[in-house]
Amino acid sequence: MNSPTATVPAQTRDFRGAGFDFASFLFTGLTGLATWLILAILAVILLNILVNGWEGLSWHFVSTIPKKDFFEPETTGVLPMIVGTTIRVFVMTLFVLPVGVITAIYLSEYAAPLSPITRFIRAAVNNLAGVPSIVFGLFGVGFFINFVGKGLDALLPGAGSNWSHPSLIWASLTLAVMTLPVVIVATEESLRAIPPGLREASLALGATQLETVWKIVLPQALPGIMTGGILAVSRAAGEVAPILFTGVAYYMASLPQKLTDQFMDLGYHVYVLSTQSPNIEKTRPILYATVLVLLLLTFALNFLAILIRARMRKKLRALT
Amino acid sequence: MADTILQKITVAGPEAGTSVSDAKPLIEVAGLSLYYSASRALNAINLQIRPRVVTAFIGPSGCGKSTLLRCFNRMNDLIDHVRIEGAVRIGTHDIYSPSVNVIELRKRVGMVFQKSNPFPKSVHENVAYGLRLHGMRNKSELDAVVEQSLRGAALWDEVKDRLHESALGLSGGQQQRLCIARAIAIKPEIILMDEPASALDPLATARIEDLILDLKKDYTIVIVTHNMQQAARISDFTAFFYLGELIEYDTTRRIFTHPAKKQTEDYVTGRFG
Amino acid sequence: MGDLRNDSARRTAGWMGIQRGHHARPLEWLTERLIFAVSLSTILVVFLIFLFVVREALPIFRGQMDSAAIQKTIPPADLDKLSPKELGQYLGLTGKQLAEMDRETLLALMEVRLEAQNEVPTDIRTDKDARVNTTEWRYLVLPHQWTGYDKAEFIWQPIGQIKKYNLVPLVVGSLKVTLVGLCFAVPLAVAAAIYVSQLVSPRWKEWIKPGIELLSSVPSVVMGTFGLLVLAPVLKKAFGYEVPLNAFVAGIALGLTAIPLVFSIAEDALTSVPRSYIQAALALGASKWQTAWQIVLPAATPGVFAAVVLGFGRTIGETMVVLIASGNASILSWSIFDSARSITATIAAEMAETVAGGHHYRILFMLGSVLFAVTFISNLIGDVVIHRLKGKLEGKRG
Repeated sequence: MNSPTATVPAQTRDFRGAGFDFASFLFTGLTGLATWLILAILAVILLNILVNGWEGLSWHFVSTIPKKDFFEPETTGVLPMIVGTTIRVFVMTLFVLPVGVITAIYLSEYAAPLSPITRFIRAAVNNLAGVPSIVFGLFGVGFFINFVGKGLDALLPGAGSNWSHPSLIWASLTLAVMTLPVVIVATEESLRAIPPGLREASLALGATQLETVWKIVLPQALPGIMTGGILAVSRAAGEVAPILFTGVAYYMASLPQKLTDQFMDLGYHVYVLSTQSPNIEKTRPILYATVLVLLLLTFALNFLAILIRARMRKKLRALT
Repeated sequence: MADTILQKITVAGPEAGTSVSDAKPLIEVAGLSLYYSASRALNAINLQIRPRVVTAFIGPSGCGKSTLLRCFNRMNDLIDHVRIEGAVRIGTHDIYSPSVNVIELRKRVGMVFQKSNPFPKSVHENVAYGLRLHGMRNKSELDAVVEQSLRGAALWDEVKDRLHESALGLSGGQQQRLCIARAIAIKPEIILMDEPASALDPLATARIEDLILDLKKDYTIVIVTHNMQQAARISDFTAFFYLGELIEYDTTRRIFTHPAKKQTEDYVTGRFG
Repeated sequence: MGDLRNDSARRTAGWMGIQRGHHARPLEWLTERLIFAVSLSTILVVFLIFLFVVREALPIFRGQMDSAAIQKTIPPADLDKLSPKELGQYLGLTGKQLAEMDRETLLALMEVRLEAQNEVPTDIRTDKDARVNTTEWRYLVLPHQWTGYDKAEFIWQPIGQIKKYNLVPLVVGSLKVTLVGLCFAVPLAVAAAIYVSQLVSPRWKEWIKPGIELLSSVPSVVMGTFGLLVLAPVLKKAFGYEVPLNAFVAGIALGLTAIPLVFSIAEDALTSVPRSYIQAALALGASKWQTAWQIVLPAATPGVFAAVVLGFGRTIGETMVVLIASGNASILSWSIFDSARSITATIAAEMAETVAGGHHYRILFMLGSVLFAVTFISNLIGDVVIHRLKGKLEGKRG
């Protein structure tokens, strides 16, 4: 066979190499720059809110029900918004946790992995995760208010038109539907992390599948379930689009009392202050303070849930 | 005892009479110790590898033979918390000195891994990858060197009609030979092989072994293997490691027929490991 | 699920194929059936969303609505001459609603219609556009020369006597902000993903990754406000355009919300490339960046593609950022420095002003259906690609 004349370029015997590798520097530099730019923007956003919002923050601010003209610093307050946001998130959790956890249990502990039903459910979860938030709002109006609400009004005696208008319950249910995938995915992951040996041991002792799930698997998965709850709560606290037509009110003179009441909301209030203020300069400090309250509330809810999860983990470890 | 092994296999390598200290070494390991964080994996290794021969590292699993192999092309740099004491010299240059460019080092010291790892590209592109990396652009040059390398790896006849199809479609043995072709394409001086045939069936293993015997004409080969018969078949020199120490290093014939240390004898006769 | 044919062993194919192999106690059997039923709710919900959103928009899709300013009126005296179907169509009621009403109510409704028509001002009456049914597809999609304009235009203007419902300005608005957002977010997010997964040491990675993902915890309404208060003035100064709130500002703010999503999927895809490829390339003397650019990135292309597609789906459906920062002028313009209106912002802003069941209301639901369809398809594509990618990797490892 012919020995080709082509050879690999001459190589240095002392491994010293070409010296400064420009391409490497450029590439690493650009990608690194992108990374730090993103982090810098995040820092700017958070600092901007902190610095500007701090002045407007006061005990008075968070504990007062504002007058109708909440664009003015003297008559403003965010108590009803805090209450509204917290209640709707709480009611949402009551609905979304059971349904999400049960679905995740089915998918992880019972479902045959390749059966069409399982595939359908997973596809549905993925699809649900991708639906735009405003479409959830439309769903809330079309289904909860106009269908379920009207139905309830017809069925319950003396209800009048109690149920078929925007209210706390419908907004919370709409949010529950929206955050369902979050809870399902987080719960499933935590279930999958539990070693198979645990289940086998239980079954080998003669426990039934349900007993194993209830007594062994579920308790172990509780921290992960809490994570799912945390994620759902943080996501929902900041969402405005789904509650726009399903329950939030521009102004209410008192705090919401029952499930059929409307409510005010921090996120929506931020939107109102940004876009409908007659004097943006005057309203600016109030706006920043509201944003700060919203972020603090989200962090506080997160933190609370993380605490609960850490407590649960400790309890579990003490038991095992 | 060792005679039984001698009966079973034909020991390759330099004739009895040659010793390890003849001829100028290509790789010189001087007092090398390696630490993963606090635990020591290699303890003051002193070793000289001769050019154009096959040297085998043997020993029970966990003895440090793969770790030492990876020092020769500084693949250990990829692991966090690794610390080196002592020196490794190739030619006369300490490869761990700060002025050494690791990229250049790896051009000169190639590696074939335990599990074949062809890129998800065509056969041709797999072999050409290293060439392109180091500056070769001309298409006809590339084609020529690719063919030469594939022939050198005893793979050309099997792939010449499917050069542009995916390498992942080849059998395990073919993929490993492709990885060898890929490594020799950039004409390294030294080829490191980390248990290259352990994932292959006996027939494919035999072909790889034949290939190694052929390659040693042009390359210096260091091979880690847990298969003693393989070491006896194809290597000229053998180093036996145990728990991070170099126990014995000599011609293969001597290691397998009358080893100097008892530990070596116990290992090669299968008493442990 | 349960095998009811084989009575002696009502089994569930359980986890790891564990067969129960015994008669289930009735309470347990019931509970497990309930678990199954609850799980089906996810499928049910998706179906319901589709159903109820499209249901409200159906009359538009079917061309059954008439929004002309001037419409034929039927005097109440002629009530009995009409068939129920004709009456229903005239009054805009379904058969069921019609049946529930008594004659008095129907007469009153017809009176109201007559009066409404009589109240239409004369200048509109003589307008040639007054008899146009603006909910016909022709007017929703194609340009039309309305009275007072000197050429055919795409106009969305649902207020006033003659309601113009052309969707094109909204679609273009949505596309403009989405594309600006993606052009901003994708290069940054993918570059950062490459940096974090290939070029940086694991210690840094532990901090940087959560940092970028923290960006996703900023609510979109806050991001929109940031766009309004900080980005808008800064960008206006830097680029020197006229309108302070426009598609560009909204697009950048949108991009910021998309970055965490694109980053995390792309980073996942890059990290999942088998280590063996990386080791092989490095052993041949490739540098870290050469390995990343020539081996890892091409191998991770499906995942990066999925990241972009899912980012697109998320961005086009985003509401609050656009509502606050885009200026909300529903004009058709190809310039990104002009104010724009997206589909989502339109639905959000105008829904409150509609009459339930009226044509504006239904058109908004139609927009919602279109949006749902678009995001459904793009998410389907993204998920299928990721699914295939995971399958390939698992196949290779196994």
